[in-house]
Amino acid sequence: MTDTVKIHVKDLKKYFGKLEVLKSINIDIHEGEVVVVIGPSGSGKSTFLRCLNKLEHSNGGTIIVDGNDINDKNININKVREDIGMVFQHFNLFPNMNVIKNIMLAPVKTKKMTESQAHEAGMRLLKRVGLESKAEAYPQQLSGGQKQRVAIARALAMNPSIMLFDEPTSALDPEMVGEVLTVMKELAKAGMTMVVVTHEMGFAREVADRIVFMDGGYIIEEGTPDQILKNPKQERTISFLNKVL
Amino acid sequence: MISILQSYSTMLLRALGYTLVLTVLALIFAMIIGLIFALMNVSHSRILNIIGTVYVDAIRGVPLIVLAFFIYFGVPQAFKMMGFTSFRLPALQAGTIALAMNCGAYMAEIFRAGIESIDKGQMEASRSLGLTYGTSMKCVILPQAFKVMIPSIINQFIITLKDTSILSVIGYPELTNMGRTIAGNTFLSLQTWAIVGVMYMIVIVSLSKAAKRIERKIKIEDSEGKPRKRHRDQ
Repeated sequence: MTDTVKIHVKDLKKYFGKLEVLKSINIDIHEGEVVVVIGPSGSGKSTFLRCLNKLEHSNGGTIIVDGNDINDKNININKVREDIGMVFQHFNLFPNMNVIKNIMLAPVKTKKMTESQAHEAGMRLLKRVGLESKAEAYPQQLSGGQKQRVAIARALAMNPSIMLFDEPTSALDPEMVGEVLTVMKELAKAGMTMVVVTHEMGFAREVADRIVFMDGGYIIEEGTPDQILKNPKQERTISFLNKVL
Repeated sequence: MISILQSYSTMLLRALGYTLVLTVLALIFAMIIGLIFALMNVSHSRILNIIGTVYVDAIRGVPLIVLAFFIYFGVPQAFKMMGFTSFRLPALQAGTIALAMNCGAYMAEIFRAGIESIDKGQMEASRSLGLTYGTSMKCVILPQAFKVMIPSIINQFIITLKDTSILSVIGYPELTNMGRTIAGNTFLSLQTWAIVGVMYMIVIVSLSKAAKRIERKIKIEDSEGKPRKRHRDQ
């Protein structure tokens, strides 16, 4: 983790109609930092994450990623997104393509790599997530854990410097959670800047540099895993942790 | 009946050929029109949404025969009133335009439903990788949507084939028109229309059968999770 600020969020607001999901979010995320976002459902964790790569358009505030104000009309959001990988709860692999094609699509279509470079890089990534043998398989033929590992490989194919994880293990059978978390731990170890929305407290304790507790559209409390999990200060954090730990 | 077949079989077959030509031409243009208006309807621009909706509603609200008369008789008059020399579109062109516009509106609805049936997460995943909206549509959404749409498209194909008979009113020499000529010449209405009916039926039933086969093939591929390659020897 370095002192360079990768993501700067100031007074972020987001409404869905009349519902204020994010009321005012302020956070700086540093290069190489692993930030785990926890909180009750409906607290705005996923919305916050989706605002960071503009899958949701914010209604107020500033988000600066690597020096680019993503709400600036002159910024090419596609270019910014190339640097931000995202992993979804429901994998969202492309069912009409096999595994290696899933991984190759973005690097080839954005002209970042030639077909053969992308294939080579794709195979390397599959090896990294332990799924080399599944390159030609279609998503429907994979288990949930395998799908999520492919999804991580696909996001890494664009060589991003930031990875966003939106409840990556919530849709998995319990016995498959471990394999996905292992891949994520290795990524963290390799110095990736990560923002992870999850309910896996074990992962948060072990891997997070900082845990952020959100509720009701605000960040209620943040700190190291020890501070948050062992000595929470805020009433709401304590009552949430009592329920999940 | 045999006498009709003897003296008119080549003409009937040629007329069936005209019917098929008109159908295929209309369908090609209808697919293009349908795709364009469907993309307008699913886009995030209010203006494009409105244009798409107006087109679909307007065309679906007008009977094909009225549309055909409008294009064949009405449009040339409009040109004349605007001071251009009088001209008339040949029946094939006018028929193709009318049929393509009509079928295009229905195709737009089929395409729209197909696109909307694809999980939103697909577009989000594609966009999150840095792909543009257009590339995501082309490489991720449309190939999946198309598969869903194939049965409806073939169904629309059959409807359009039958609708060509309406264009006999503007004098296009398709099968129904030929039937009218033959019935008029021979006074053998029963036999003539039976033959014409059977000819339509043969073409349409074989199309439906082909459609069923394609549908079944897609289902098998889906359950095996392997488009194109199939291994059934287990």
